[in-house]
Amino acid sequence: MEQSWKQAKAVFAGALGPPLFWLVLFFLVPLAIVWAYSFGQNDGLTDIAITGTWANYARAIEPLYLKIFIKSVWVAAITTGLCLVIGFPVALAITFASEKTKTWLLLLIMLPFWTNLLIRTYALIAVLRTEGYVNMGLEWLWNGMGGLAPLLGLAPIGEFQPLELLHNNFAVILGLIYVHLPFMVLPLYSALDRLDKSLLEASLDLGAGHMRTLFKVVVPLALPGIASGVLITFIPALGAYLTPDLLGGPDSQMIANVIERQFKRANDWPFGAAMSFLLMYLTFIAIALQAVLSRKKPEAK
Amino acid sequence: MAPKKKSGRSPPGPLEYLRRWQMQAWLAAVAIFLYAPLIALMAFSFNDSRRNIVWNGFTLKYYEKAFNNAGLIEAFGNSLTIAAVSTVVSVVLGAMVALALWRFRFPGKTALNGALALPIVVPEICMGVAMLVFFARVMPWPQGMVWPLNLGAIIIAHVSFSFPFVAVVVRARMTSFNREMEEAARDLGAGEWRTIRDVILPHMAPSLVAGALLAFTLSLDDFVITFFTAGPDTVTFPVKVYSMVRFSVTPEVNAASTILIVLTVILTAVALKLQGNSAATAGHGGDKS
Repeated sequence: MEQSWKQAKAVFAGALGPPLFWLVLFFLVPLAIVWAYSFGQNDGLTDIAITGTWANYARAIEPLYLKIFIKSVWVAAITTGLCLVIGFPVALAITFASEKTKTWLLLLIMLPFWTNLLIRTYALIAVLRTEGYVNMGLEWLWNGMGGLAPLLGLAPIGEFQPLELLHNNFAVILGLIYVHLPFMVLPLYSALDRLDKSLLEASLDLGAGHMRTLFKVVVPLALPGIASGVLITFIPALGAYLTPDLLGGPDSQMIANVIERQFKRANDWPFGAAMSFLLMYLTFIAIALQAVLSRKKPEAK
Repeated sequence: MAPKKKSGRSPPGPLEYLRRWQMQAWLAAVAIFLYAPLIALMAFSFNDSRRNIVWNGFTLKYYEKAFNNAGLIEAFGNSLTIAAVSTVVSVVLGAMVALALWRFRFPGKTALNGALALPIVVPEICMGVAMLVFFARVMPWPQGMVWPLNLGAIIIAHVSFSFPFVAVVVRARMTSFNREMEEAARDLGAGEWRTIRDVILPHMAPSLVAGALLAFTLSLDDFVITFFTAGPDTVTFPVKVYSMVRFSVTPEVNAASTILIVLTVILTAVALKLQGNSAATAGHGGDKS
């Protein structure tokens, strides 16, 4: 079994020392400073006096910022929900595919995941913008239809108006789904893959339909996997910066955009620090919630 | 609910979901959703039209332009350098902490486990902000250093978020290690270092490769944290592309992106192949010894 660290102090110190040092100095200390700043206030142009004030947190829950928090949670929740709906059948298909197909399908899901996030977001911009591929395709269809309309006795449909697909909430949610779908599919797949397939066969043999089997057998058994998929999708979606920044409009800002603005443009570090820590607390709440839920479920049965 | 359509050969078995047309349609739709934007991006990088939407014929001129864009090339070089250095450091640190956690019982182990999970779960923006504050106030990275050294701040930040991922991968691998082998090595007179080098490391090897691949991709992919640590003369590829994208959609960005996509695909393919082989050989080695 595991050795007590006292039995080989030199090895223990040698193996743990450097990573621990790194983790503390280059991760925990910076976070602690941000945390301290969240209780501070700007003192002159560059100095921050840590006064123990709660004013930054009070400001963060003013209606203006509270609305952004609620909106971010909402957008992340919609994204997660849609990823689950889209991803579940995919995970199911991968689970029941033959070994060879399975590898290919997993690669199909993984490959965009390995591709740079910025490039994927940029690709979406090219698709959605006013002169993008979707609008071009629609215009072509529209003009085709325009020729048909008089034949069907309809009024001429007029000039094509490009759809406003970019710089709005729709684009942000679409972008978040696009980026986070693999995060959902992979944990779902690993949960479904561990299922005892004979249970499904039994359910089908006993006359339950596919839908009933899915909701009464597969979903309850895969619940821990679903919960972790939801969590793994929800957390990055909640803290997303790039997607709302590039695809969103002025009203689709999320928490991360507000934080960025405080640090890079408004130069109000204490307030930005308070916002960052509120975002972190939200993340921890989500994790705790998932831990509690996935611990309760087996007891309930 | 009843099988909707019978394929030519035989009706799909009850669990052969993949052979149902609904499922195939769903998969096809998801694949189009995931790939169409990327493929369009790559295709239009060869398009001889400034407006980028109507196909005007094949051209490589945007690749030429991208290659002649000194800023872009420098950013690309920076990204690869940062990724390479931070991967090496991350793999070493990740393997060390995984080894310590696997082998020892010590006070504060739970706390360390928690702290090690933090960089994985903390939102990127919070970590980026923390790095910005740290390098602005606590440990200002010296300005105007010679080339690879001026990337130090970014490399440090990248190691901080990569090595816990490596540790996770290595620890998962170490659960399959038979501790008796280590004891046997020690009984046979191998010292600590020898045991680690000849017994533990070979078992770890596949996970080190996987961890390295993960760290490299995480570093190459990172935008948010780099965005907060990068200075005006330490621009990485994603940061450069970001500033280009903010202005407009240009075929030049398409070309640069295509190069990176192709690079990523090649890298992933090589790594998968390597990992498969090394996993196989490591297994063999274990059987023989």
